Amino acid sequence: MSHSHTHETSAGASNRVKTLVAELEGAGLLTESALDATIESFLTHASPANAARAIARAWADPAFRTRLLADGNAALAELGIDLAHWAPVKLRVVANEPQRHNLIVCTLCSCYPIALLGPSPSWYKSAAYRSRAVRDPRGVLAEFGTVLGDDVEIVVWDSTAEVRYLVLPQRPAGTETLDEAALAALVTRNGMIGTATV
Amino acid sequence: MFAIGERVRTKLMNPPGHTRLPSYLRGRSGRIVWALGTLPFSDRRAAGDATAAQLAYTVCFDAADLWGADAEPRSQVCADLFESYLEAE
Repeated sequence: MSHSHTHETSAGASNRVKTLVAELEGAGLLTESALDATIESFLTHASPANAARAIARAWADPAFRTRLLADGNAALAELGIDLAHWAPVKLRVVANEPQRHNLIVCTLCSCYPIALLGPSPSWYKSAAYRSRAVRDPRGVLAEFGTVLGDDVEIVVWDSTAEVRYLVLPQRPAGTETLDEAALAALVTRNGMIGTATV
Repeated sequence: MFAIGERVRTKLMNPPGHTRLPSYLRGRSGRIVWALGTLPFSDRRAAGDATAAQLAYTVCFDAADLWGADAEPRSQVCADLFESYLEAE
């Protein structure tokens, strides 16, 4: 896909959204201020700091880790983290292990746990990432600077329904003395998508 | 209803409307890893049935069953698929 084509597609989508909003306003179904308020309330609390807090707790507390992997929604509720979305979604947390690495993608569109990770990066929505992550995950990871051993299995999670995925990275070595806030500061957005190891 | 661990094959299909079964996962053999319960059934909702819902499962596919000899070794792809996409194998 050429750079200019990307822009044309984006402009086309933008025009369609503007037209749709205008039609809905004209039909009395929506006001622009209500739309803005909804988007703002959704995005105000959406940040990768939310997910990082849960990851740090899971590293520090094995019982919480077990609960997080068993039922992500319930575990986040324990931390008071709001998984609010425009529709109900299940959260599935998948744990990296020494011999197993997880990677998240949405090949059909751009499904992403926005409440937990903030707005998604543009590369996550790119045709290149979406098409290559499922057939060349090792190559994609290498382009992110993440080179895994040949003995590490890669599991790619394609978010095709109302489930959102989050990667639980492995706790880095040498972090035994850190408290949860310090641990949370080590966790990156890409680590929780799976394009980085932490 | 499918059980966790059960082998399934996705249907070979090419519907004219919206579907959440990606082309690269059609007609492929995989296994059920999670039962997700009933989820909004996007295929029907996109056609105007605002309350459509269906059982869904997380299904994992060995990369070799998707890409043949070109697959990366030791990799798999998992997706959340509706019951009507799946047949027992």
